[in-house]
Amino acid sequence: MTSTSPVPAAPDLAEGRRLLHEMLRLRRFEERCVELYSAARIRGFMHLYIGEEAVAVGAMASLRADDAAVTTYREHGHALAKGLSARSIMAEMFGRVEGCSRGHGGSMHLFDAERRFYGGNAIVAGGLPLAVGLALGDKLRGLDRVTACYFGEGAMAEGAFHESMNLAALWSLPVVFLCENNLYAMGTALTRSESQTDLALKAAAYEVTSWAVDGMDVLACRAASRRAVDIARAGGGPCFVEYRTYRFRAHSMYDPELYRSKEEVERWKQRDPIDALDRRLTEAGYLADGERAQMETEIAGEIDDAVAYAEEGTQEPVEDLTRYVLRRASS
Amino acid sequence: MTAPAPGPTTTTFRQAYREALRDALRRDELAFLMGEDVGMYGGCFGVSTGLLEEFGPERVRDTPLSEAGFVGAGIGAALNGMHPIVEVMTVNFSLLALDQIMNNAASMLHMSGGQFNVPLVIRMTTGAGRQLAAQHSHSLEGWFGHIPGIRVLAPGTLEDARGMLWTALQDPDPVLIFENGRLYGTEGELAPDAGPVEIDHAAVRRAGTDLTLITYGGSLPRALEAAELLLADGISAEVVDLRTLRPLDTTTILASVSRTHRAVVVDEAWRTGSLSAEVSARIMEGAFYELDAPVARVCGAEVPIPYAQHLEQAALPQPEDIALAARELVQDHG
Repeated sequence: MTSTSPVPAAPDLAEGRRLLHEMLRLRRFEERCVELYSAARIRGFMHLYIGEEAVAVGAMASLRADDAAVTTYREHGHALAKGLSARSIMAEMFGRVEGCSRGHGGSMHLFDAERRFYGGNAIVAGGLPLAVGLALGDKLRGLDRVTACYFGEGAMAEGAFHESMNLAALWSLPVVFLCENNLYAMGTALTRSESQTDLALKAAAYEVTSWAVDGMDVLACRAASRRAVDIARAGGGPCFVEYRTYRFRAHSMYDPELYRSKEEVERWKQRDPIDALDRRLTEAGYLADGERAQMETEIAGEIDDAVAYAEEGTQEPVEDLTRYVLRRASS
Repeated sequence: MTAPAPGPTTTTFRQAYREALRDALRRDELAFLMGEDVGMYGGCFGVSTGLLEEFGPERVRDTPLSEAGFVGAGIGAALNGMHPIVEVMTVNFSLLALDQIMNNAASMLHMSGGQFNVPLVIRMTTGAGRQLAAQHSHSLEGWFGHIPGIRVLAPGTLEDARGMLWTALQDPDPVLIFENGRLYGTEGELAPDAGPVEIDHAAVRRAGTDLTLITYGGSLPRALEAAELLLADGISAEVVDLRTLRPLDTTTILASVSRTHRAVVVDEAWRTGSLSAEVSARIMEGAFYELDAPVARVCGAEVPIPYAQHLEQAALPQPEDIALAARELVQDHG
């Protein structure tokens, strides 16, 4: 696969600045998370999205605010792109009550009812049936909303993937299945875990419109997602998009990366989606001198603010430990 | 002069469950029934016969054989404001959906910091006694009773078969209803105006003074039969129907045991690490000094349920077994 893409149209380049800003925001946010993890301010499992930003940013740009998103445990980027504040996410990772899940979820379980962000699911493929049900609910009530369901290629070996694809297609539900193929299910390479490595072909077996796209090209990601969302919203049933992407960092904070070579990682880093877009915008004259630096300053300010907010956050009182187990207390 | 109220009618558990479904689909426009063969087939055990014709395929929705998929879809639809009723054919099959029930339905509210409740009802058949052997006959409701974040109901009377569903459906949290398959064909009298019942409390089904038989679901009729046998021996047995297995109504259990001072827990599920162990422990914790005898248990044999009728029956608590355990408790600790 090469990084050659068609020359984008002018409106795409104009929006490109916003997409660049958004990808940078995700990148810098997570880089700060790494520092905070090293400083033991954040604990537990933490999975970084660095390298894959084009997917969440490109895909989320094609959703309406009232569309739903279901994601995985590698979801800081999706949450930011769906509109959750850096403050609420950082506070969550600090385990604060001001966090988007009151500190109950942590890095892997970000939720936001107002923004229809349904997690943050740490069981691989566990979110797919939920996405089917969310879309079923919309269809039964005649709402023209779409559910975006993100998962990694590792999920495609799970039964829940197959059951969900079948149900969504059978009932012609408005779900877009967005597969982030970063080539490794934790440490297991795609070729070592799937008999069929052409993922779009595999998905197409369910009579779901399926195709693959360069996941390092945010404009291509956005265009593909928009097409998928438009089909789903128009009643054309589910779509499947494979985003060919790459995780630049370790699987989690406890990964010595024995399963891939440094050379391979370096090769993919040459295709960094942020650098690639920056170059294209600059070459096309859509990114003036100093604009990138201004973005960086703004983003650093937002993240500083988020960290301060999280630091100052409060803890859920221990008396409330079991408060949200059931919404209705027994009489 | 007012007309006399119509008297009770004879009905079966199957009909009572069906009437509850019909009532729910009529009254709650957000409700829909979904599961394997609930529509055209009429339900594996005939519970939903006729509902497809009345409510159509959108609201009586046949699913493929995808327990994780359609239980998860029920959770998603519930998160999206619907009131799904998901049928899983048997509790053994529900293990294919255990991830969705445990990791999503039960965890979602707490994990999301109180944002996402799951107003979902899952019905499934449980229990042995129909020679369906080792993959259709177990009583795993106690496993589900282990999980915080869900309610677990086990109707043992026609009133509860008719009335628990509506209350469960209006509950903001996930509710699992375990229908004992042995009871589907059991007939009894049900008032024509039978309707919703509360789902928070155990019930004393028979008052007694010498000991308490604590049970639920399919073992309730057997415990009541045992109480009759005991009466012939001059032993007065109280029978407590747990009704709700989670959260357990400890208050009713302890109140009864404090009156009778002896308890036998009857559960066709396996003994080890079980609901019967939990009930026994709670009695020990809460009424130890009220006891005149150790708590006894009559449970299913610890085997995969076998096909041959005599073996299957030997694996289940029978009224005679219950009566025997009760007699020993009274005689040895008189």
